[in-house]
Amino acid sequence: MADVPIDSGGGGPLAFLRTQAARNVYERVMHALLFIASAFSILVTLGIIASLFGEAITFFTANPEVTLREYLTGTEWAPLLQSNPQFGILPLINGTIMIAVLSSLVALPVGLATAIFLSEYAPGRLRRAVKPLLEILSGIPTVVYGYFALVFITPQLERIIAAINTAFGLTDGPGEIEINLFNALSASIVVGVLIIPLVASISEDAMRSVPRSLREGSFALGATQFETATRVVVPAALSGILASFVIAISRAIGETMAVTVAAGATPKMTLNPLESVQTMTAFIVQVSFGDAAAGSINSQSIYAVGATLFLMTFTMNLIGDFILRRFREEYE
Amino acid sequence: MTTNGSTDYVFETDGLSVYYDGKLAVDNINLQVKRNHITALIGPSGCGKSTVLRSFNRMNDLIPGASVEGKIIYDGRNIYDDSTDPVEVRRRIGMVFQKPNPFPKTIYENVAFGPRINGYQGNMDELVERCLRQAALWDEVKDKLKENGLALSGGQQQRLCIARALATQPDVLLMDEPASALDPIATLRIEELMHELKEDYTIVIVTHNMQQAARVSDYTTFMSIDRSNPDARIGHVVEFGPTEQIFTNPQKKETEDYVSGRFG
Ligand SMILES: Nc1ncnc2c1ncn2[C@@H]1O[C@H](COP(=O)(O)OP(=O)(O)O)[C@@H](O)[C@H]1O
Ligand SMILES: [Mg+2]
Repeated sequence: MADVPIDSGGGGPLAFLRTQAARNVYERVMHALLFIASAFSILVTLGIIASLFGEAITFFTANPEVTLREYLTGTEWAPLLQSNPQFGILPLINGTIMIAVLSSLVALPVGLATAIFLSEYAPGRLRRAVKPLLEILSGIPTVVYGYFALVFITPQLERIIAAINTAFGLTDGPGEIEINLFNALSASIVVGVLIIPLVASISEDAMRSVPRSLREGSFALGATQFETATRVVVPAALSGILASFVIAISRAIGETMAVTVAAGATPKMTLNPLESVQTMTAFIVQVSFGDAAAGSINSQSIYAVGATLFLMTFTMNLIGDFILRRFREEYE
Repeated sequence: MTTNGSTDYVFETDGLSVYYDGKLAVDNINLQVKRNHITALIGPSGCGKSTVLRSFNRMNDLIPGASVEGKIIYDGRNIYDDSTDPVEVRRRIGMVFQKPNPFPKTIYENVAFGPRINGYQGNMDELVERCLRQAALWDEVKDKLKENGLALSGGQQQRLCIARALATQPDVLLMDEPASALDPIATLRIEELMHELKEDYTIVIVTHNMQQAARVSDYTTFMSIDRSNPDARIGHVVEFGPTEQIFTNPQKKETEDYVSGRFG
């Protein structure tokens, strides 16, 4: 057998070994780069969480007059007062939850109805046109929604309230309904609109993944389209639908600019959506953009509020995740 | 075969043709389905057996682009008449699919689904039990009616689907290869069940398994691709008759080739 040089420049029978070795190095470098990229994003996230909670703890240790108990149970939030500031988080939680609940009342039914329509009724072409539209809708900066609430929705609400007052003879009387320029209702409506695409899109995905054979089984029993959608498809997609609800509510809790612009900056223990309130996020914006000097008690308080907010939305997301896993239906 | 009064027939098709997206899939089907008998549709894959079967309960309406020509007379009425409500048709003509497709609900709710949407007023527990007994499933599930139907074995799931179809109290059961996804023992149970059910129901079964057709059916329709125009792949009926005749004394060469295993 003839002696075959391994490294014959012209590419002998074993020349591929070289290219394979080069490919291996390339593969390894790419592998490492990808790993570094993902490690980076995880580390940054962990760093943010650590500094958030670190600063939140500093808030309590540096200000011994504020106890955790007071913070969690106090019903007055007045951090900007020169003398005797108050740090009870409940009014901010009150404002946050009120807007989350009211916006859910808008978004969950409308979003689910949209999903049912898109998944069960709309012809393929319409669905393919509307779905990207939903995604675009959720890409609009939320501050725009806030101004829309302020300059369009609130005036409409004012008109409606005025009409109600006139109709029931309440004008200038003791029972006159008043609506603030900044109010929770207006903010809730736009936050609701803001999260509709989230509900619609995730629910629609869940419903579309219900096998066609289940729909056929239902139709074959004499069910109508609507009965099939509501009694077979929706229950079969329930885990995804509930998860979309939870994710949307979590999004409403974390929503910042729309509520800052439209709902105002009045921390208040109220259930009246026509009043101005302040959410946790709106408070953080107010202090960040406003008058608090770094290291002051105010600038520290936003970390405590931020940590609280993080825990709330994180819990919601965990619940959503749990629902998705726990109640996922397997069909195959 | 002598023809008695037309009331002997549950279905009579008259020039039935089905198109998918304007393309002819089955052409000019003329056949009869006899009451309280089992009629089998056999033939090679893709010859249009399922298409014909799905015409009997207007399931083809649900496929975008599908259209139907001709008539199917059921109970003296053309089910493709403009005045016929397909939902009403499907309530009276039950269907069992190739792959068991129980709903992800409890066993009980699977059976109760049809009666509920039809506004059944009677005793639901009794109806559910009766249908599960008819489907030969009661003894296996009576202690776990609240369990998910998907937790059953494949054969049990298919019998649950049969019970579910029976619960709307149909005249006819259409079965599209109901045992093809099942093991031999489960298949045998379904076949036994069909024998029992034909006392009360008319059954049309699609199968590509000739032994099965020979075992269970009274009448057999042999379908095939039209050989005069093979590229178009148009399904048609080659021969229709009592099962024994189709298998032992077929009138057409093509039928003989198929049932003797020389083709398909
Ligand atoms: N939903 C559909 N859309 C388009 N073509 C279809 C559809 N269902 C069946 N066909 C076509 O119709 C012909 C008959 O199919 P089918 O009735 O399923 O045959 P079989 O049940 O005998 O195997 C095949 O050529 C198939 O490709
Ligand atoms: Mg078929």
